[in-house]
Amino acid sequence: MPQVAPGLLGSTRVKNRLIPRLLLTPAVLTLFLWMIVPLVMTLYFSVIRYNLMQPEQVGFVGLENFQYFVTDPSFWTSVTNTVLLLGSVIVITVVLGIGLALLIDEPFAGRNIVRMLLISPFFVMPTVNALLWKHMMMNPIYGVLAQVWIFFGATPVDWQTDWPLLSVIIMIAWQWLPFATLIFMTALQSLNREQLEASRMDGATYLQQVRYMYLPHLGRSVAVVIMIEMIFLISVFAEIFITTGGGPGDASTNMAFLIFKQALLNFDAGVASAGALFAVILANIAAVFLIRMVGKNLD
Amino acid sequence: MRVPTKQKIRPGNVLRISAAWLVTLVLFFPLGWLFLTAFKTELQAISVPPLVLFTPTLENFHEVQERSDYMQYALNSLITSVVSTLLGLAIAAPAAYSMAFFSTRRTRDILMWMLSTKMMPAVGALVPIYVLAQKSSLLDTRLGLIIIFTLSNLPIMVWMLYSHFKDIPGEILEATRMDGATLWQEFTRVLLPLSLGGFASTGLLCLVLSWNEAFWSLNLSAAKAGTLATLIASYSSPEGLFWAKLSAASLMAIAPIVVFGWFSQKQLVQGLTFGAVK
Repeated sequence: MPQVAPGLLGSTRVKNRLIPRLLLTPAVLTLFLWMIVPLVMTLYFSVIRYNLMQPEQVGFVGLENFQYFVTDPSFWTSVTNTVLLLGSVIVITVVLGIGLALLIDEPFAGRNIVRMLLISPFFVMPTVNALLWKHMMMNPIYGVLAQVWIFFGATPVDWQTDWPLLSVIIMIAWQWLPFATLIFMTALQSLNREQLEASRMDGATYLQQVRYMYLPHLGRSVAVVIMIEMIFLISVFAEIFITTGGGPGDASTNMAFLIFKQALLNFDAGVASAGALFAVILANIAAVFLIRMVGKNLD
Repeated sequence: MRVPTKQKIRPGNVLRISAAWLVTLVLFFPLGWLFLTAFKTELQAISVPPLVLFTPTLENFHEVQERSDYMQYALNSLITSVVSTLLGLAIAAPAAYSMAFFSTRRTRDILMWMLSTKMMPAVGALVPIYVLAQKSSLLDTRLGLIIIFTLSNLPIMVWMLYSHFKDIPGEILEATRMDGATLWQEFTRVLLPLSLGGFASTGLLCLVLSWNEAFWSLNLSAAKAGTLATLIASYSSPEGLFWAKLSAASLMAIAPIVVFGWFSQKQLVQGLTFGAVK
């Protein structure tokens, strides 16, 4: 910070302390309400009997809802699925994203068109994404993938039934790969080209350049991609809702979808609320992990 | 390290560019296919092997419009996303200004806390929000969706604006204040022009996010305030394989935002990195 009359600066700071606070208040207050009101209500619902179909049954049930939710065999499946889904999509998008960004790093004819085509899936709404893959891509008879399989003489795969979680992972990775690619591409543009050229003069192979120059340069953007994807993908819902419906069984049910099932399919708001609290805990574990890993990177 | 006598780059380049195009076309294929299918007849849409050459028809678009009032849903999408974006900017900008130029010891914690609210799974709040919306008769209204969209985008907006404001030297604003400018003048005459790019990318991103939002619109809106995301979801019912109509409806739902995204992609991507990737 440059040295500008410290006394003067200090005094305006003190005088104006009230205004910055007032300016901050609306955002903090609304977000606080947005967080705390549902949380308190959820806490309350989670300890009472609250079935939307049986409104006459009321009363305090203690931890019964929690017990019910945790002992539900779907619970651990849903936790595993949530982590698997998030982890796979992050790994796929980061690895392929870096690869793609390296491919389109240097200018070539039509690079702008490539960029435009590449980013497109990112703007597609989840419901369209899901339907597009469910029907036109993954349909075991008429789907494009089935045709490709047949073309190569293989038996078409019934994606939604046999590989439900993988199907969802593919859809979501397809949507988020463009995002990761463009972030990495943006980051690579700030790589020192002269250094790169110099290393090539010194006889570094392309692989060596990738290993010692490109990849280290991407550290920060990898952190950003992981952070944003975690925020948006920890509670994937629409894709599952529309394609597999969480099934078969609960093979593709994640935490968000399990709670939804309890609330709106079983009409048990009490159990759903107990589940929601577990989801909040899961989100917090992820958040702590995130802040540890990524937070420092964003200063 | 031994120096190889001659480094040949060109053939490698050709390979690299072909690979880039190949991957791009593969990734774009599902959307391209959606586009083609929208102009086929239902029979052509499910033909085996798939048809690439055919006489295009606009039949599907007519039928979609007739079956489900597309304009109504599109209008809902437009209004909810635009209003929630503007509202969000109005709340987020002062907060970001305050934290960027008058940072305290707690600023970092507040920012992290805001971001953590975004990580809370929406489904965790579904039951309470549903009950609240019902009690205040906001269920299936545009206003209800606008409030929800604004709140759920707010953390991102504050973060993005904050990181943009951070790039502006505080001394400039300081000087404006010294010259006796009011807060409003300081904001409109100095801060806004300096961070127009930041406002643009934040607004654009939130527009896209709201337009595409599916969870709340699926659960809180139906025929009256339903957005395009809900319209499309109604085509997921397994009654027959109306792929051509589904494609036409999907195309109508995503075309505005995809085209919009093409023109603003640089702003958007840079915005989404929270200024952490230059």
